[in-house]
Amino acid sequence: MKKFFAKLYIWILLVILYAPLVFIAIFSFTEAKALGNWTGFSPRLYQSLFTGGMQGGSALMKAVQNTLVIAIIAAAVATLLGTIAAIGIHNLRGRKKQAIMFMNNIPMINPDIIIGVSLFLLFVFLHIGQGMLTVILAHISFCTPYVVLSVLPKLSQMNPNIYEAALDLGATPHQALWKVMVPQLRPGMLSGFILAFTMSLDDFAVTFFTRGTVGLETLSTYIYADARKGGLTPELRPLMTIIFVVILILLIIINLRRSKTQAEVK
Amino acid sequence: MTKRSNWSIPYFIFLVLFVVLPLVLVVVYAFQDNEGGFTLQNIGKFFSDSDAISTFALSLEVAIENTLICILLGYPAAYILADKQLNRSAVTIVLFILPMWINALMRTLATTELFNMLGFTLGKGTLLFGMVYDYLPFMIYPIYNILQKMDKSYAEAAGDLGATPRQVFLKVTLPLSMPGIMSGIMMVFMPTVSTFAISEFLTNNKIKLFGTIIQENINSSMWNYGSALALIMLIIIGITSLFTSDDSNAAEGGLI
Repeated sequence: MKKFFAKLYIWILLVILYAPLVFIAIFSFTEAKALGNWTGFSPRLYQSLFTGGMQGGSALMKAVQNTLVIAIIAAAVATLLGTIAAIGIHNLRGRKKQAIMFMNNIPMINPDIIIGVSLFLLFVFLHIGQGMLTVILAHISFCTPYVVLSVLPKLSQMNPNIYEAALDLGATPHQALWKVMVPQLRPGMLSGFILAFTMSLDDFAVTFFTRGTVGLETLSTYIYADARKGGLTPELRPLMTIIFVVILILLIIINLRRSKTQAEVK
Repeated sequence: MTKRSNWSIPYFIFLVLFVVLPLVLVVVYAFQDNEGGFTLQNIGKFFSDSDAISTFALSLEVAIENTLICILLGYPAAYILADKQLNRSAVTIVLFILPMWINALMRTLATTELFNMLGFTLGKGTLLFGMVYDYLPFMIYPIYNILQKMDKSYAEAAGDLGATPRQVFLKVTLPLSMPGIMSGIMMVFMPTVSTFAISEFLTNNKIKLFGTIIQENINSSMWNYGSALALIMLIIIGITSLFTSDDSNAAEGGLI
């Protein structure tokens, strides 16, 4: 009985949680411009999303492209910067370590809007013209702390003697770094990269304040502008559906693989 | 080995330039007038502006209500998900995590559209519902994480020693899961109190929250007043994080 109510509760929550997404997904398969208006099954919105058939299509795809470019560059740079920083921080002691860890925590606690406003003021103050570059810099600044926190635990798990042994056996510091250290840090770097990537994809407020007036649109700013105009680009429906399905599949694969490896370990 | 600590220097410089300096600038701009002289006028303007004060109060109210509803709805869900006897499926957990990976604006937009189609009037009710909808996963996940790692023998021991299930929960399980609740509060309260676009969507611009006023001032080049408002929010965030700082990062690390 207890189990029944527990299951019921979970499923009611899930149904409510997913109702809007399912609703969007259903209406991505009809042509009607207004949502909620079913005019028969049609894949036309999917076609025009990729071919830019309707007015909104090509601008939307451009925004998706910008979002991905920014996320990939920001996540890659953040992973590099964060890993190097983590190696340094791992070897720091006392006050210095506390100070840098404190600063590292600031972007994680700071709300997006404050990060956005403060960086906007920075770029104004330094007279840096705002555009793609400033958005990427801003994204690196709030993504890197997550990489640092993903890599640090791997460093403390690592046996420092292995690195020393590599040096004793004649490896140059460079070789020891790439052949011994990096492979052990790789899982941390990977999860740092994925976290950074999704943080960047998700961002709206920081991009909004640091993109300047050059007309740069990411998916978030596009949606925001679109919703303010009132008329929602119909192609957003298939796009949201695709994103939803891709993430669902990715998460299921990741989790299945993880539970598999856990089972093997046991 | 000591030389390796120098590797933190580039990041240190980066942090000073892109994290510390911008925040210093917020403070500087907040206390500056148009000519760059020192003034308390911007802060004073906020406290004498009844609209700004009431918006600020409303933002706090919505954020607190949202956080409480998320705890009330999220805790039982996390408890059920973490209990091996009640839930064996990994897929349900994935389904609860998944919304965290989808762009918040997109989810909010979907919710708003659904409200519109169902004929609900957009206002405070839809705002709260939409917020809960957006942030519930961020409450469930950290609590689930803590509950799942918790050593079950404490609860069993309490039961063996004669505690009723109610006592076991109130005196053992709940206190042990406090770090999860704290990081949940952090992950829900902070973004809600500072949100701007989401509230505009969910109420069709009828209700303004504090974030919206900051954005409007910055975008209409009222940088000094905007910075003063941002500084006030920063103080709120600072106070909240003092209360919840213990384990706030624990939840983020294990997302993947």
